[in-house]
Amino acid sequence: MGKENIRTLFILTICLGIFPFFIRGDYYLSIMIFIGINAITVMGLSLLMGYAGQISLGHAAFLGIGAYCSGVLPVKFGFSIFTAFLCGLFLSAIMAMAIAIPTLKLKGHYLAVATLGFGEIIYIIFNELLEITGGPSGLSGIPSIHFFGYSFKGGVRYFYLVWAIAILLLIFSLNVIHSRIGRALRAVHGSEIAAEAMGVNVSQFKIQVFVLSALYASVAGSLYAHFITFISPPTFGLFVSILLLMMVVIGGGVSIWGALLGAGILTILPEYLRAFKDFDILIYGIILMAILLFMPEGILKGLTVIVKWIKKK
Amino acid sequence: MDKEKIVTPPILETSRLRKTFGGLMVIVDLSFTVMSGQIKAIIGPNGAGKTTLFNIITGILPPTKGTIQFKGKEINGEKPHCIAQKGISRTFQTVELFGNMTVLENVMLGRHIRTKMGLIQSGLRLPGVRSEERFISETAKEKLDLVGLMQKANEPASGLPLGEQKLLEVARALATDPQLILLDEPAAGLNETEILRMAEIIRKIRDRGITVLLVEHHMDLIMGISDEIVVLNYGLKIAEGTPEEVKKDQKVIDAYLGVEIEYA
Repeated sequence: MGKENIRTLFILTICLGIFPFFIRGDYYLSIMIFIGINAITVMGLSLLMGYAGQISLGHAAFLGIGAYCSGVLPVKFGFSIFTAFLCGLFLSAIMAMAIAIPTLKLKGHYLAVATLGFGEIIYIIFNELLEITGGPSGLSGIPSIHFFGYSFKGGVRYFYLVWAIAILLLIFSLNVIHSRIGRALRAVHGSEIAAEAMGVNVSQFKIQVFVLSALYASVAGSLYAHFITFISPPTFGLFVSILLLMMVVIGGGVSIWGALLGAGILTILPEYLRAFKDFDILIYGIILMAILLFMPEGILKGLTVIVKWIKKK
Repeated sequence: MDKEKIVTPPILETSRLRKTFGGLMVIVDLSFTVMSGQIKAIIGPNGAGKTTLFNIITGILPPTKGTIQFKGKEINGEKPHCIAQKGISRTFQTVELFGNMTVLENVMLGRHIRTKMGLIQSGLRLPGVRSEERFISETAKEKLDLVGLMQKANEPASGLPLGEQKLLEVARALATDPQLILLDEPAAGLNETEILRMAEIIRKIRDRGITVLLVEHHMDLIMGISDEIVVLNYGLKIAEGTPEEVKKDQKVIDAYLGVEIEYA
C-alpha cells in the first residue's frame, strides 16, 4: 500500500492509542467515538464516490439498518449482540444488491436517484413499524457491547473498540485501493467505455463497491446503536445522508485520508459552533461554502497546496 | 507467403454485417476477413462507418444483422469485457485514457483480465496478492518500454501530450495480451516524427505475432505498413486488396483518393 500510507497509518494508530491518556472527560471521548463511527461510513462512501465515481444519496439508510438490527433484535427478540450485528450486515448487503443490480447496469446517475428513494422508504419504515421500531419516539434500552463477560460500556473502552474497527477497515480499504480492484474502480471513474474495452466488468465492480460501502455503513450503525443505546428515525434520514456525502466532498473524495479528515472536521465543527447559538447553522453553511469555493478538491488537497506554497517562500 | 496465409483460418471474419441507426444504414452487409499475423487497414471517407465497425467488433454496439467470428467462434452480442477476455483489444479515436491514474497504472489496468485476485483477497492481502501485483507491474513496464514511455511512468496520464497519449493507449491495449488489436486512427493528430514512431511500433506489434486491424486516414502510413486494405464508402465495401491493387481501383479513386494521386 505504499510507504507513505503505512507511515501515516502508523502515526494515526499511535495518536489514537495514546489519546485517552491525555484527554480526560467523557465529552471529548464521545466526540472521538462519533468521529470513528462516521469515519467508518465515510471510508466506504469514499471508495464508492471518490474512487468509483458513483453517488449514493441514501447511505444513512444502511446506517439505520445496522442500528435498528442491533437495537431491535436484542431488545425485542432476544438475539445476541453479535448475531444481531451479523443480521444487520446481511440485511444491508441484500438491500444494497437489490438497489444496485438493476440501477448500476445502466449508465448515468440512476444510483443517486434510486438511493434517494430507498433512503426515504427506509425512513418511513422506521417511523411506521411502531410495534417493532418504536416509531417516531424511538427505541431505547439497547444493551451495550460485551464479549465473554468483558463489557465495552465505559467511554475509553468503547473508544478503543470503535477505533480498532475503524483502523482495520482503513487497512482493508487501503489494500483494496492499491490492488487491481482499486485500479479497476478508478478506471470505471476515469472512462467507463475504456474500462469495459480493457475487460473490466464495469457493472460487477460498481455493484461490489456499493455493497461494500453499505456494509461499512451497517457496521457504523451497529456501533452507534450500542453506544447511544437509544435510536430514533431522524438519525438516519436524508439530512444525514447528505452530511455523510459532504464529509467525503469536504475532505477530498479521491483520497481515503481526505474522507477521514472530512469526517473529523464535520463531526467537530458543529460542537464548536454551539457558541454562536441560533446562528450556528448559518455559520456552518458559510464555512462549507468557503471550503468548496476555495478548495474545490477538498481540504486535504488544499492543505497540500498551501504547505507546498509556504515551503517555496 | 500468400499461399501460407490461405491455409491458416482467419482470425476475424465478418459476414453480411449490417448496422442501422434508425433509418440510417451505417454498415451495409459487410463481409471481410482478417488473417492471423496480418496488418489490415480499413480506410474510407469520414462517416464511412469505420469507428462503428470497431464498436461492433468490440461489443460496444450490437450489430443489426450478420455475424462476427473470432477464431472461428461467433462473438456478436457478447459484452465488451468478454470480448476483451477472448483476446481482442483496442484503442480509441478520441483518446479514452484514465486521466485520474498514472501512466504506469493505465497500463497495469490492461493486465486486469489476465489476473484474478478479488475484492476480499485484495483487501485482506491474502497470499498471492503481492506476487500477482509484482507480476502486473513488471509486464506493464515491459509494454511501456515497447512504446518508449518508461521515463514517464509515474506522471499523470492526463498530462501527456496527444502523441504520447496515443502511444499509451497502445501500451494499455497490449497489456491485455490480445491476439487481435484494433487501432482507431492511431496517427490522427500526430506530427510526422510521431507517425514514423507509431508505424515502427505497429510493425513491432505484428512481429510479436499480434494481428493488427487499423482505421486510418494517413495514406503514407497505411500504404507503408498494411498487408491488405478494405475500403468503405457509406458503409459499403467498395474494394479490398493489397495497397497496390487498392490504389489503382477506379471506385476507390472516385470515392476517396481523388483523381490526382501522388502514390501511383
